[in-house]
Amino acid sequence: MIEREQVLHVAKLARLRLSEAEVEKMAGELSGILEHVDRISELELDDVAPTSHVVDLENVLRPDEPRPSWPRDDVLEQAPDPADGAFRVPSPQAEA
Amino acid sequence: MAELLELSVAEAAGKIAAGEVARGEYFEAWRDAAAGDELNAYLWKAEEGAAEGDGSLAGIPVAVKDLFCTRGIETTAGSRILEGHRPLYTATAVRRLAEAGAGVLGKTNMDEFAMGSSNENSAYGPVRNPRDPSRVPGGSSGGSAAVVAGGLAPCAIGTDTGGSIRQPAALCGIVGLKPTYGAISRYGMIAFASSLDQCGPLTRNVSDAALLLGAMQGRDPCDSTSVGIEGGVQAPNREELKGLRFGVPAELSHGAIEPGVRRVFDATLKRIEDLGGEIAEVPLPHAEHGISAYYVIAPAEASSNLARYDGVRYGMRAEGEGDVVDMYESTRAAGFGDEVKRRIMLGTYALSSGYYEAYYGRAQKVRTKIAEDFTTAFDRVDFVVTPTSPSVAFGLGEKTDDPLAMYMNDFFTVPMSLAGIPAISIPAGTAQPDGGGPQLPVGFQIAAPAFAEQRLLDAAYALEQAIDG
Repeated sequence: MIEREQVLHVAKLARLRLSEAEVEKMAGELSGILEHVDRISELELDDVAPTSHVVDLENVLRPDEPRPSWPRDDVLEQAPDPADGAFRVPSPQAEA
Repeated sequence: MAELLELSVAEAAGKIAAGEVARGEYFEAWRDAAAGDELNAYLWKAEEGAAEGDGSLAGIPVAVKDLFCTRGIETTAGSRILEGHRPLYTATAVRRLAEAGAGVLGKTNMDEFAMGSSNENSAYGPVRNPRDPSRVPGGSSGGSAAVVAGGLAPCAIGTDTGGSIRQPAALCGIVGLKPTYGAISRYGMIAFASSLDQCGPLTRNVSDAALLLGAMQGRDPCDSTSVGIEGGVQAPNREELKGLRFGVPAELSHGAIEPGVRRVFDATLKRIEDLGGEIAEVPLPHAEHGISAYYVIAPAEASSNLARYDGVRYGMRAEGEGDVVDMYESTRAAGFGDEVKRRIMLGTYALSSGYYEAYYGRAQKVRTKIAEDFTTAFDRVDFVVTPTSPSVAFGLGEKTDDPLAMYMNDFFTVPMSLAGIPAISIPAGTAQPDGGGPQLPVGFQIAAPAFAEQRLLDAAYALEQAIDG
């Protein structure tokens, strides 16, 4: 069972602001999904190696040669708040 | 005009190359067809231009899932957070199609960030199933499946993370192929779960799927996990199934299958035998844990991939009253839909301190067991077959209040994704939903060992001819 406090903690880690109603709903839904997922806790998996990737790959390397990157103006055109050739954000120390 | 739309992609490309059909006229005919979209299947439609260049797809219009970046063309991934976003580059898969002579006909609607099995999670409204507009087309590549099934595009591409090509193809009655992980570059595909995401074709027949796969596959310096298919892909050409063994998972009955779907599946097994193929039962003891493993691994990867949407570099920003963290939280609260938030929460929880080993660590081990099950099965059989989806297309709104019931749609498609192997869904017949209703398409899924796409397409082609004949 996922408690309200856990939902708030995870939401903070994920940088998600949830409304009161979302917190309640999320606690119930996550509990239901995790209850199903918990079935894998019954499997004997001690000597099993984890799989993070299915294709056997060796290191893929390329020559370290400089090449042009995206033009700055083109990139900034997609930004919500460009300023002075950079991405502008609210101050990290704004008064709350 | 109507005759032009009835040509298969392979036929049309042949006629265009031979000068029998003018490429401008062919593209125009499809643009007119796309303009009649009443399914909410397109998010963007090409207003001008045609397919340029020569190649195996000369003159062919392709509908592209809105998860693929297209330079200068709005690309939203079905999300509010990317509304108005115009990428600076084009995905390799789309670029390869263009190099083969194809052109983008439109961008198709989808579940937000490819998270969903019904297309009801799009920020731009649900797509309707062309076979019955009161029902879902499946998802997440629901728009791509609907445009092909609804006569709004000759072919489409989508992405499949846990069934997102195969399930909508099944529910709309068309062919959908998820290639081996690594067959096609993921460069320019907006990331959901990077160890599972794979691009593939949605088409009216198996030959067209082979044609699109052949054009898109290959190693790409921009995606270090892409390796391509050795020897490429040829047009499928097989008329019988003699000497081929098809494995039916012994644990199939653990999934709740609609009786109508079961009947079509059994009838298809009979057809395989009529074509000289052999049916055998194979154990896949861990496949039934696929949903559990998948709904830990995919959300975990998603929670990391979606951290980039922070309102700084692209996409929308919601202005807050406070500091930069307040802006991040406001932007993500306003920009993401319910299912995306749910998966970010699930993934963040599974990766968080104290739970990592119990969830993410164990899920990765289950993934190993599922892959081993397939390896063992393929020692005994050439293919593994299942229904693609446990049910026919369900009604809009029917499963939106129960996330777990929605996830169970992926019961038969998730194991192949976790194992990274190729699988195709072909239309096998029709059935009524539980409780009655119209006759709706049923898909038949065939899975093969990694990089055995040619054998898979050949067998699917032989079976398709028998079903259509």
